[in-house]
Amino acid sequence: MYKQGLYPIVRKSASAKGIFDITVLCPEAADLAQPGQFAQVLAEGFFLRRPISICGIDKAKGTLRLVFEVRGKGTEQLSRLNVGDNIDLMAPLGHGFTKAEGKAVCVGGGIGVPPMLGIASEYGSDAVAITGFRNAAAVILQEDFKAAGCDTVLCTDDGSAGIHGFVTTALEEHLQKEKPGIIYACGPTPMLKAVAGLAEKYGVRCEVSLEQRMACGVGACLGCAVKINRGGKEAFLHVCKDGPVFDAKEVVFDG
Amino acid sequence: MADLRVTLAGVEFKNPVIPASGTYGYGREYECLYPLSRLGGISVKGTTLHERGGNIPPRIAETPCGMLNSVGLQNGGAEKFIKYELPNLAAKDTRIIANIAGSTVEECAELAAMLNGTAVDMIELNISCPNVKQGGAAFGTDCTVAGAVTKAVREASDKPLMVKLSPNVTSIVDIAKSVEAGGADAVSLINTLLGMRIDIKTRRPVLHNNVGGLSGPAVFPVAVRMVWQVANAVRIPVCGMGGVSTAEDAIEIMMAGASAVQVGAAIFRDPYAPVKIIDGINEWCDQNGVKSVSEIVGTVKPY
Repeated sequence: MYKQGLYPIVRKSASAKGIFDITVLCPEAADLAQPGQFAQVLAEGFFLRRPISICGIDKAKGTLRLVFEVRGKGTEQLSRLNVGDNIDLMAPLGHGFTKAEGKAVCVGGGIGVPPMLGIASEYGSDAVAITGFRNAAAVILQEDFKAAGCDTVLCTDDGSAGIHGFVTTALEEHLQKEKPGIIYACGPTPMLKAVAGLAEKYGVRCEVSLEQRMACGVGACLGCAVKINRGGKEAFLHVCKDGPVFDAKEVVFDG
Repeated sequence: MADLRVTLAGVEFKNPVIPASGTYGYGREYECLYPLSRLGGISVKGTTLHERGGNIPPRIAETPCGMLNSVGLQNGGAEKFIKYELPNLAAKDTRIIANIAGSTVEECAELAAMLNGTAVDMIELNISCPNVKQGGAAFGTDCTVAGAVTKAVREASDKPLMVKLSPNVTSIVDIAKSVEAGGADAVSLINTLLGMRIDIKTRRPVLHNNVGGLSGPAVFPVAVRMVWQVANAVRIPVCGMGGVSTAEDAIEIMMAGASAVQVGAAIFRDPYAPVKIIDGINEWCDQNGVKSVSEIVGTVKPY
């Protein structure tokens, strides 16, 4: 179940260089949304919609928060939209994160951090957000995780903010201290693969959010294929409908 | 309210708008937006004899005014279609066009025979898929083979038969004449045009299949031209498609000679596109004193 329509942008800010943070008033879509789902938005002048993960859901206010990085001309076009402008949005799409018993570790890398906020907020003080960025200038959402009551561990590749190193090092240190109920992760594929490996090593359930070039966004065109091993059988499932969230054990990272 | 009914290969459609194969699944993903009974029909996802896993991703690339795809006919196979999808579709009060693709002539005939006696209203024989190694476009680019596979399916099937043609040929008119001679009741065109995109940073093709089929508004003028040429060369009706995105596009391709219209990639941009096109055609007919939409078919006045 999803909605499509033109909805007004009610808040906009630039979070870091090239990262935009918009809040869209779309009560029918917000009401249906779950953490880990995504929206497909149209950029004027471009043929295909852009999939953007849902960063925050406010059902009371009827809003969805989308945080995206300018990666090409389409997202650059989207970044020019302002408060009061309408955005053509389809949401919520896909299969989101599942909640688990106990504490959660949310691991995000770069533009994989925004979908972590939605699920981390559900756990509040029972979640730790381990996030990694290239450098201090790229850091986003740290105050939001803290406002949601989560512990935060910040890592940067160059050490210009937080810990100098990768999220996987911080994750392993955390896992050595305590065993959470679940690990959620979104970010570059090598990071996801490493997180999935650590989850297996420490015997913790893990869900990862994947990306793929996409067209319809709803499971009709079968464009956004990813190789998944379910029940001992490898098959191409689809990020837009079967995902974007998959059990890390099922993902064939080298497929 | 104009009369939107059209007849294609002896089958009456409540309106001329049909989501194109491969862009609409079996309709399940769009039912939450509007009832499928609004549609003239649905051309379902290309079905093969056995399950197909499809091509290695990435399968999608954006292009100016369109897109490339190389899905590679991923589908659950004919048995699954007949058992799980067809009963569901049969209850939706819309025409069901079964798009079938085989890797050999015998396989095409076997597939067609499996659909005898089912709720399928029409067969669309796909001899034009650019994304598979066997069958597909290999059938659709040679007049003799195209005629032979059409004949084999015609003999095996008790359903009206439409053959979907490839634009990646020297003369689509010659292919159309061959399938007409083979016994086709209608032709649908155009399938996608073979294209390619390269990521200049990595020097790798965007699609893992290297090449893929181009669709969207970019191909629309090619579709109009080919529909016009084919409609003037064969006696069987033409179902027009290729970049149709608006009611005006649908009317244009019908004036070129299409009796009905398929809508594909436009659905990815706007999932309501098929119903907006139906409403727009009705409005246009009313505004232009056209009582029945079928009156406009082939009415272009060429210079």
